[in-house]
Amino acid sequence: MTDATTENAPYAFVRRETLEQEPAPLSVAGPLAWIRTNLFSSPLNIILTLLCVWLVIDTVPGMIRFYFLDAVWTGANRDACLADKVGRPVGACWAYIADRTQYFIYGSYPVAERWRVNIVFAMFALGVVWLLWNKMPLKKVGFFFFFVIMPASAFILLLGGERAESFLRFLILVTFALAVLYLVLSFAPGLMKFWIGEGQLAVEEAMPAWQRFYRPKRLILMSLVVFGLLAVLADRIGLPRVDTGLWGGMTVTFLISAVGIVFSLPLGVLLALGRRSKLPAIQLLSVIFIEFVRGVPLITVLFMANTMLPLFVPQEYSPDRLLRPLIGVALFAAAYMAEVVRGGLQAMPKGQYEGAMSLGLGYWQMMRLIILPQALRIVIPGIVNTFIGLFKDTTLVTIVGIFDFLRTIEATLIDPTWATPTTRSTGYAFAAIFYFLCCWGMSRYSIAVEKRLAAGQKR
Amino acid sequence: MSSIPSEQVSPGKASLFYDPKVRGYVYQAALVAIVVFLIWSAASNAIENLRAQKIASGFGFWHNAAGFDINQKLIPFSAAGGSTYGDAFIVGLLNTLLVAGLGIIFATFLGFFVGVARLSNNWVISKLAMIYVEVIRNIPLLLQLFFWYNAVLKPLPNPRQSIALPAGALLNNRGLYLPDPHLGPGGSLIIWAFLIGLVATFIFRSWAHKQQAATGRQYPIGWVALALIVVVPTLIYFVLGRPVTFVYPELAGFNLRGGVQIFPEFVALLIGLTTYTAGFIAEVVRAGILAVSKGQTEAAHALGLRNGPTLKLVVIPQAMRVIIPPLTSNYLNLTKNSSLAVAIGYPDLVQVFTGTVLNQTGQAVEVVAITMAVYLTISLVTSLFMNIYNKRMALVER
Amino acid sequence: MAMAETKTTDSRPAALKQTSLNTATAVEMIGVNKWYGEFHVLRDINLKVSRGEKLVICGPSGSGKSTMIRCINRLEEHQKGQIIVDGTELTNDLKKIDEIRRDVGMVFQHFNLFPHLTILENLTLAPIWVRKMPKKDAEEIGMHYLKRVKIPEQAHKYPGQLSGGQQQRVAIARSLCMSPKIMLFDEPTSALDPEMVKEVLDTMVSLADEGMTMLCVTHEMGFARQVADRVIFMDAGQIVEMNTPNEFFKNPQHERTKLFLSQILH
Repeated sequence: MTDATTENAPYAFVRRETLEQEPAPLSVAGPLAWIRTNLFSSPLNIILTLLCVWLVIDTVPGMIRFYFLDAVWTGANRDACLADKVGRPVGACWAYIADRTQYFIYGSYPVAERWRVNIVFAMFALGVVWLLWNKMPLKKVGFFFFFVIMPASAFILLLGGERAESFLRFLILVTFALAVLYLVLSFAPGLMKFWIGEGQLAVEEAMPAWQRFYRPKRLILMSLVVFGLLAVLADRIGLPRVDTGLWGGMTVTFLISAVGIVFSLPLGVLLALGRRSKLPAIQLLSVIFIEFVRGVPLITVLFMANTMLPLFVPQEYSPDRLLRPLIGVALFAAAYMAEVVRGGLQAMPKGQYEGAMSLGLGYWQMMRLIILPQALRIVIPGIVNTFIGLFKDTTLVTIVGIFDFLRTIEATLIDPTWATPTTRSTGYAFAAIFYFLCCWGMSRYSIAVEKRLAAGQKR
Repeated sequence: MSSIPSEQVSPGKASLFYDPKVRGYVYQAALVAIVVFLIWSAASNAIENLRAQKIASGFGFWHNAAGFDINQKLIPFSAAGGSTYGDAFIVGLLNTLLVAGLGIIFATFLGFFVGVARLSNNWVISKLAMIYVEVIRNIPLLLQLFFWYNAVLKPLPNPRQSIALPAGALLNNRGLYLPDPHLGPGGSLIIWAFLIGLVATFIFRSWAHKQQAATGRQYPIGWVALALIVVVPTLIYFVLGRPVTFVYPELAGFNLRGGVQIFPEFVALLIGLTTYTAGFIAEVVRAGILAVSKGQTEAAHALGLRNGPTLKLVVIPQAMRVIIPPLTSNYLNLTKNSSLAVAIGYPDLVQVFTGTVLNQTGQAVEVVAITMAVYLTISLVTSLFMNIYNKRMALVER
Repeated sequence: MAMAETKTTDSRPAALKQTSLNTATAVEMIGVNKWYGEFHVLRDINLKVSRGEKLVICGPSGSGKSTMIRCINRLEEHQKGQIIVDGTELTNDLKKIDEIRRDVGMVFQHFNLFPHLTILENLTLAPIWVRKMPKKDAEEIGMHYLKRVKIPEQAHKYPGQLSGGQQQRVAIARSLCMSPKIMLFDEPTSALDPEMVKEVLDTMVSLADEGMTMLCVTHEMGFARQVADRVIFMDAGQIVEMNTPNEFFKNPQHERTKLFLSQILH
């Protein structure tokens, strides 16, 4: 060793100045290298690549020709899409979709009343953006809007008629009563001394009247505004009853999904808490419900809702045909939601519970202020994924005779007005694009949240 | 020490109202009371309603004659032959198990293939696999079933213009017709040889492992397995003078005769379930392989293991631990999703029992309860095995 | 250093009132026993801590010292014996547990700050929801204690953005916001990087100087010498030695104590 070093000594070399960076050889950089490493790195890879390329070349141009180049975009009836009438090969018959769009969106909902559906769509969109977009302010008010105001308004608007109007009157009455109560309390906080301690009372009294009880007032104000507007609409334009048998299309698809999420999330949280409860009876009942529902297919739940629910209530209260699957879907989704939420609860470190308890918080305070906000935030991706599943599963109501979006497609396929050889592939393609965009968009959102959560680990 | 030596001082008792135990009992009693009340009122309403509608109750209908036929059946069943609703239940259950079992096998292969393809360093393959997964997972299964059944299989030509497939199989809008194998004299020997080959392979494998542990010698298990399972039965086939004959489907009138008919409903359902579930399995597999950190592979390489042994001995055992629980839940999902058969008319349990039998007897409570009980049993048994598996895995970890 | 002088200068805001204990004995444990399943964690613990006293508890890991102080605010339940905190006996009475937790502050080894809330929100949470204090007052108190622990500028950051030492100081401030009568410290410095230990200990020393009743599980012997009135050594679920810091370090009686001290001090 020593010999070697002395021998090599004359060759020892110390560089005096830094070398400039040289361009990489072609074998490691540039497009050619990329192609070599990513497409033709081994004989097997060469074969596979060629096979895939052949597959793409074989299918994609045909599909493009069918769905775009040869497609028919306008027309009034089937003649526009028949090859012998048009005199050229005919691909997808988009004219049929254009002609039936209204039906796909609203089903048989009366044309004159469709503005009501549009309002509900707008409210739904507002609620979704409010809750899901990170930067929107007043998240708590948003929750109240999405889980209370929107469902109530949607019910009134979509159904209409005597029942909805009396419900609206009732809601307005309640909000008015609450508003008056809070107004009185704002000016005479002394009345509150049964609720709040003496110390708190002194502070409340020191504040100006309009600042007292600020937070609940916001919710009441919003309820008043929304329900008031509805009352004006009902009064001016009138909200005639639209039977649920007429509802259909995307309206029903979105309705079922919305009902699913609005009811399954709170119910799922309760079930998850129940499953983690220390009280054996509560735990057992939660476990039974969750495992039972998760163990059977949605179809059987829908059949059960459809055939057994009417048996379980007195004849005169027999639920509406649309209400039955809604209940089934909500309960079904709740069980899955419960498992997602439970995952979040289990991920909470024990220290969070102990920290909260050592400060003297009670069980519900601890859950509401410390545990659930964190647990739910962790499982947003899981919640969204469950919701994607729910959204896809809404198609199953077709089987129990509800006119959801997929059913409207099927219904138009047997309509002779548009009976052409390509109608079916066009209709299915349209349905596939609709569902794909909705589900794919949601899964993108959930991935984005996941990334934000991972990045926000060190906030 | 300034403490008082104290023997039997027990913690004091809380006042009744603030005792958590008492409170717990109250909460539980309240919940149980509500649930009992709900069940009781539902039951009494149901009895009332059933009486008003003059619908019988109880399971007596099980032995009543069923007045309908089922096209696909694994056991004899016909209305004329006096088959009962109970027989219909078994036919439906077997059909469900058949499509679910085959679906699980195919979906596993396709799913693992696509999952590995997604991780391939071949850009084209991984992109194609990604497109497959994204498209399949984001479109409702029911729509896919409609597509396979209504848009692909139904427009096939009628039996007269059947599409000829290799090996004498025919495809038309009545289904897929395969040649029907008939075993000649000694034909069963081939099957026996195959089965014995399977068993022998397993025995050889465990023997080889023991030998390796004892002496360090490694045996070519793959080649031996090939010889035992494939080569020996093939040899027997030729030695016995090819004792298997095929009955090929032929056109007779407007229909085909002979051969094994596979109904289009079954094919559509099987394809739909397989491709759909494979999309989910692919993601499970991908996540499982990614969960094994790159350091594991590098460490194995650094020890001098080649790619093959690295995968077999280091990566796959760890990945499987992550893969198997979600894989099982995907199997369960596939089984539950097979109930969508009702939408395209495949006679599975739901279609036969919750559909036809329910409509004929009107006994919704009993029929739906039986159907749910079947699925529930499958789920619970599976999760029981999963729990045992998970426990064993957890023990191995320590 | 002998007994710390009790400072009486109080710069707390008006909303903070009663902090003194009702009784001269802050915590009394009589024949306390606890089991984890078959394992006997606490074996006949008898202990009396008087008002304003600073107690340091040390011992090898698994000796039951954390369990003992966690019994005092009922994070752990004891099976036999009595624990009397500020004149109230700890039973499973929910109301009493609430009262005691309100008046007993606790600082954990891993801080247990709430990561979804800002520092100030962490501080004001319990005053608002447990003490039912108006938000404005709670924030005033929160800021007051943040200044005490010398990080008022971090008020609107999240726990994850702070260093370990800062987080632990916030955790101390969070407990102080409830104006506790007794403070429990469960190895407050063992999860910290060495350079951050001092800032936390300084905060604890200044708290001791104000006359707070403190029970600290810690291995910081310097802190014990400087602040403690008594040092307790626990082993195998029992208190095996109790003495003033000077005597404890100079002249340990028990074999286990000698061994422990030789391992921890060099």
